[in-house]
Amino acid sequence: MATQKNKSKANENPLMQIEGLHVRYNTRIGQVSAIDNVTFEIEPGEILGLVGESGSGKSTLGKALLNMLPSSAGVDGKIILDNENILDLDYEGIRDLRGRRVSMIFQDPMTSLNPVQRINQHLLETLDVHKAEDIKENAISRIKELLERLGIQKERIEDYPHQLSGGMRQRVMIGLGLVLNANLIVADEATTSLDVIVEAKLLDQLREIQKEYGVSIIVITHNIALIAELADRVAVMYAGRLAELGAVEDIFDRPLHPYSQGLLKSVPNIQIDDEEELYRMPGETPSLIDPPKGCRFHPRCPEAMPICAEIEPSFEEARPKQWVNCWLYQDHTDKPEQRIVVKD
Amino acid sequence: MAKSTKKDNVLVELKNVRKWFAVQSGLLERLLAGRTDHVRAVDGVSFKIKQGEVFGLAGESGSGKSTIGRLALRLEEPTEGQVLFDGADLSALSSEELRRERRRMQVIFQDPMAALNPRMSVGEALRHPLRIHFPDQSKEHRQMILDILARVGLTPPENYYDKYPHQISGGQRQRVVIARALITKPDLVLADEPIAMADVSVRAQLLALMNELKDEFNLTYLFITHDLATAKYICDRIGIMYLGKLVEVGDLKEVFTHPLHPYTQALLAAVPVPNPHDRRTEPMPEGEIPNAINPPSGCRFHPRCPVAREGHCDVESPKLRELRPGHMVACHYAEDYL
Repeated sequence: MATQKNKSKANENPLMQIEGLHVRYNTRIGQVSAIDNVTFEIEPGEILGLVGESGSGKSTLGKALLNMLPSSAGVDGKIILDNENILDLDYEGIRDLRGRRVSMIFQDPMTSLNPVQRINQHLLETLDVHKAEDIKENAISRIKELLERLGIQKERIEDYPHQLSGGMRQRVMIGLGLVLNANLIVADEATTSLDVIVEAKLLDQLREIQKEYGVSIIVITHNIALIAELADRVAVMYAGRLAELGAVEDIFDRPLHPYSQGLLKSVPNIQIDDEEELYRMPGETPSLIDPPKGCRFHPRCPEAMPICAEIEPSFEEARPKQWVNCWLYQDHTDKPEQRIVVKD
Repeated sequence: MAKSTKKDNVLVELKNVRKWFAVQSGLLERLLAGRTDHVRAVDGVSFKIKQGEVFGLAGESGSGKSTIGRLALRLEEPTEGQVLFDGADLSALSSEELRRERRRMQVIFQDPMAALNPRMSVGEALRHPLRIHFPDQSKEHRQMILDILARVGLTPPENYYDKYPHQISGGQRQRVVIARALITKPDLVLADEPIAMADVSVRAQLLALMNELKDEFNLTYLFITHDLATAKYICDRIGIMYLGKLVEVGDLKEVFTHPLHPYTQALLAAVPVPNPHDRRTEPMPEGEIPNAINPPSGCRFHPRCPVAREGHCDVESPKLRELRPGHMVACHYAEDYL
């Protein structure tokens, strides 16, 4: 039953398409533009790492994929899943979307699980709410199998959340995500509160589950090293925009956006033969109430040109399968030298 | 026991320190059980911190590393054992003497928003320690504050003097906390996860700042972190904690390149590396750090240890012993990794 879904094939259609997504929040001190014109695709069966610093909009983007943004948020654009825009769904449609089609794992499993409900009740309730009659048959044995697959012994399914360790609780959350056969799992800082050994084990399991169930997983994190361990592709966000997107090897071997370049140089690396000093990126992430004009990174950018402070660059494919949002790789008038053409 | 240490270059020494916290329980429970349970947060730890070095303490949550930091500054009284600061037993000091010694030991905690009073401007926050420790120089206080603000990179300092914590960014707030720690000209700074809350790009700035200030002000750091990759950029020596015990200690490079304890090995292997061509393949030990109320018998790591031997590791608690120069480890079978 585990491998009902096909594993990813090379030329399949994208699982989800995000087109021109904008998200704005109104706050007392002004309008926050949390997501600004984000366009990309999620491929079936991939692990996509979404990295960024706080305030980059990565969590807002994750919530948008489940149509989970508060009603006060102003949302524009499209998120296409199975030929329909999930931003247009009605109440019933949204309930079906969350859990059956897309599911979410949050940072803190203790606040996600009901403290007075046993683990199996959580799973059964999920099946119940979604009226998943087709899967509900043999539900118990399916749940046991699923939990065992995640390394939780059968006897533990009668336990309450507080009786489990932090790592086990997070695995129950993954189980809840899988029990309805969702195609896409959004994991928002899902391993951040775990200790490093437990985190490493959970990463192994995420990878195995992805292979076995053929799901796509979006891993939202501030931990760039973790992305290198886990992801197939990486999306780098900065101040509400996608700075760069590409295969994990391409992004780490040859980042194109000056922000990605700086970010990667400032990540600590435990390998002892590595650099003794980290790159210090100047400045801090900007406020999204009054973001810099043009490219939002230009005040911190070592390569900034006059045009960067004026006009926003577009998100273009600078190398095959590597997109970047930067004037360095695009034609414009005031360039000191020629446009950088990236060779393969 | 009361042998006074020679005043060579040891600034802090912990001698077999224990800290047990009583577990809160109901009266009935206490009467029925006839005893109180204790969390053995720190259970017999000894080490020395030399003048001018950065001593790191690393371990998972619940290992007792933060409690050790608090014990080292006598923010916590040890249940047993001694803490010597510059040769003097901290728990033997009178409150007046302790207050004077406190000038020489300062703290930087993880969350600057919690460490700063939201109703105090930056200037007031920094004036506070000066009033306590340098009351007769009150005319110079403002200048001292401006100088240290400039030194931690908040320039021009006049712009920050009257700002409140909510008006500045997280990275700037942590700089204020660092400035407040340094304004009393301390010898020892306890830094408990000082950069854990900062973003990646700000972390590198703060680490570099702490490194510079250390040389400039002749500081000694006790640097507590769960992040071994960060430790590499600042620590000279490192101690690895597991469930209230120090399991390994030595020069950072030595420990990172030749870890002798199976736990240290697992911990190092688990740290993600920012290189997709070099993904970890080693399996991770089973389970999670157990409860410190009833720690496992013998070596506390034995239930998770891949090389533990029955009848030995589960019975006898290994002692910390020196296997290479300056490199100590508490494992019965550490010789196998030499």
